[in-house]
Amino acid sequence: MSDWSEARLHVVTGKGGTGKSTVASALALALAHRGKNVLLCEVEGRQGIARMFDVDPLPYGERRLTTGLPDHDDTGGGKETLGRVHALHIDAESALLEYLDMYYRLGRAGKALDRFGVIEFATTIAPGVRDVLLSGKVYEAVERNSRNKGAIDYDAIVLDAPPTGRITQFLNVGGEVGGLAKVGPIKTQSDTMMKLFQSPRTAIHLVTLLEEMPVQETIDGIAELRREKLPVGGVVVNLVRPRDLSDDDLAAARAGTLDREQIESELKAGGIEVTPTLIDGLFHEAREHAERRALEDEQLAVVRGLGVPTYELPRMAGGVDLGALYELAGLLREQGMA
Amino acid sequence: MARRTTEHQTRVGPTSPRARRAGALDVDALLADQRTGIIVCCGSGGVGKTTSAAALALRAAEQGRKVVVLTIDPARRLAQSMGIEALDNTPRPVTGVQGSGRLDAMMLDMKRTFDEVVVAQASPEKAKQILANPFYIALSSSFAGTQEYMAMEKLGQIHRDAKKTGDYDLIVVDTPPSRSALDFLDAPERLSSFLDGRFVRLMLAPARGPAKLMTAGFGLITNAMTKILGAQFLKDLQTFITALDTVFGGFRQRAQQTYSLLQADGTAFLVVAAPEPDALREAAYFVERLSEDGMPLAGLIVNRASPAPESSLAAEEALAGAGRLRRDGNGATAAGLLRLHADQVRLVEREHGLRERFATAHPQVPTAVVPALAGDVHDLEGLRRIGGLLAEAGR
Repeated sequence: MSDWSEARLHVVTGKGGTGKSTVASALALALAHRGKNVLLCEVEGRQGIARMFDVDPLPYGERRLTTGLPDHDDTGGGKETLGRVHALHIDAESALLEYLDMYYRLGRAGKALDRFGVIEFATTIAPGVRDVLLSGKVYEAVERNSRNKGAIDYDAIVLDAPPTGRITQFLNVGGEVGGLAKVGPIKTQSDTMMKLFQSPRTAIHLVTLLEEMPVQETIDGIAELRREKLPVGGVVVNLVRPRDLSDDDLAAARAGTLDREQIESELKAGGIEVTPTLIDGLFHEAREHAERRALEDEQLAVVRGLGVPTYELPRMAGGVDLGALYELAGLLREQGMA
Repeated sequence: MARRTTEHQTRVGPTSPRARRAGALDVDALLADQRTGIIVCCGSGGVGKTTSAAALALRAAEQGRKVVVLTIDPARRLAQSMGIEALDNTPRPVTGVQGSGRLDAMMLDMKRTFDEVVVAQASPEKAKQILANPFYIALSSSFAGTQEYMAMEKLGQIHRDAKKTGDYDLIVVDTPPSRSALDFLDAPERLSSFLDGRFVRLMLAPARGPAKLMTAGFGLITNAMTKILGAQFLKDLQTFITALDTVFGGFRQRAQQTYSLLQADGTAFLVVAAPEPDALREAAYFVERLSEDGMPLAGLIVNRASPAPESSLAAEEALAGAGRLRRDGNGATAAGLLRLHADQVRLVEREHGLRERFATAHPQVPTAVVPALAGDVHDLEGLRRIGGLLAEAGR
């Protein structure tokens, strides 16, 4: 049973450099249980999904990306039993044209808008409009407009969202639009969007590292989301250092009291050719590691004290390739995030 | 966002398979060079840009220069330690600087900078009208790209003042943490294309006299927009554009001045990255973009590098040893140490590989590799240490 079974829309945010795109991708794979359809969206124009999954740059349109992470009891009954992950790269210009087409059937006027540079104007300069268009398309993917014939009804949508510093503004379409358009259909529609974003059908997850600055930003982000009544999901702690040493060993490594003779004999028993440089090096590495682990543990305690579910993902020494994404997806599923 | 010219750019590869490498970035030489008047730190988010900028500024000040550092969004404790948590948009002296130089610091207030420009450019009446317009309020406080542009505007201001008063001989600038961190390069062009755009000209048409531009097409548009957005929206927009039009000449001129200032010899761009594929890809983008615009690139700073292990034990060997110990069921500590070592070796190898790839594609860029510190930096002593590591990396 997932912690977020009520949520259809999973928004993944985080400070720059914390790996939110990686987490969003892994979460999409994890949510794609047997037979389920999951849509992974990106809105920042970076083509991060394409790079992560090693496919051609994505167009404005939903594309089959890959199969979901198999369930434990999947017995290899063929591909059709696996979940499916689709991808969508949302850009504001295309979203506006699609929107106008879907709602207004503007015909000649729609073309004129484009010709007179209104589309470019609206998406580059008109403030807030860009965010509303991007989140509006995400909304459409969740709620599916009846005018969008033949579209897939997704079981879950994962949004690789703007960073923590911008996320509230991005989702707070009511506020963004409210100041500019006080009446009219745009206002009504942004109110409807807000209803979804503020409901339990949305979960806004924050990705952090166990360092002071990203943790502080996570705390601030959660407070800001709560202020706007936007539903805070879980905190994903990314790039956690390996847990290879026991607490006692870590303390000894920090204090410089690891038993040199004992470790020397242990290493020999393990078939390692022992030299003084090797032992010095290992001890030095252990000390550095232990110091960082202590700092990490402090931050982990802060994160765990936030009162929201937390999930941990390890640092992958070899980097994150497609295989590693599935591995991370497995860890998220094990911990109940999907 | 304005359509970036860079979308169509061709990548610049190495000129020969074994192009000569530029070697290490000599930070101290750069700081000591009296001709260096501006240092711009750019790079993607989360790579330690602000810290690098502050560390460079402090080091320069302690080597005798008169420095001001302009930061965008420093971590709270770093800001506190520099005495700039108050957002008043003016440089304040940093206390605790050693040596004969001095250091001022300020944090950018985007909206205030924008307001100041408007007030400086427009008549009091017009300025009031603009400042109260909902489009202006949204544009000046939230529009993506405004921050980049305002950072450069502030840089231009400080530079002009410093030239007059002689208060500073070095300005260090941190840029906003976004993909669009180089959008300020496009600011003059973007402003022009915006205000010279057909749509804006149409919106301005009634205000500019004969309504001959009021074509049937425009009627269609205004009708459609009124239908979608409501009449007030269109009215506010029109007021905003009309008001902005009167101050625009000044905007454009200032943006162009700042642009040429950035291209000038006294400016040095430092691209900051972390040894991660995304950060280095962004760094490559910055390097290409800067060279395309003829901006003086001084080098690349790679922060957060994992320290190289002291012993030469290979990762595979260490893991094999750990595996044997586990199988025999004793020596948990030694096995743990070996696994840690293997992890460290792999990390370092991977980072090295990533840096090598960058260097192969951009051999002309001098690089400084700064090892990761255990904790965050939130005092001058920490900044001093980073400054020392930056300088050491060039030796």
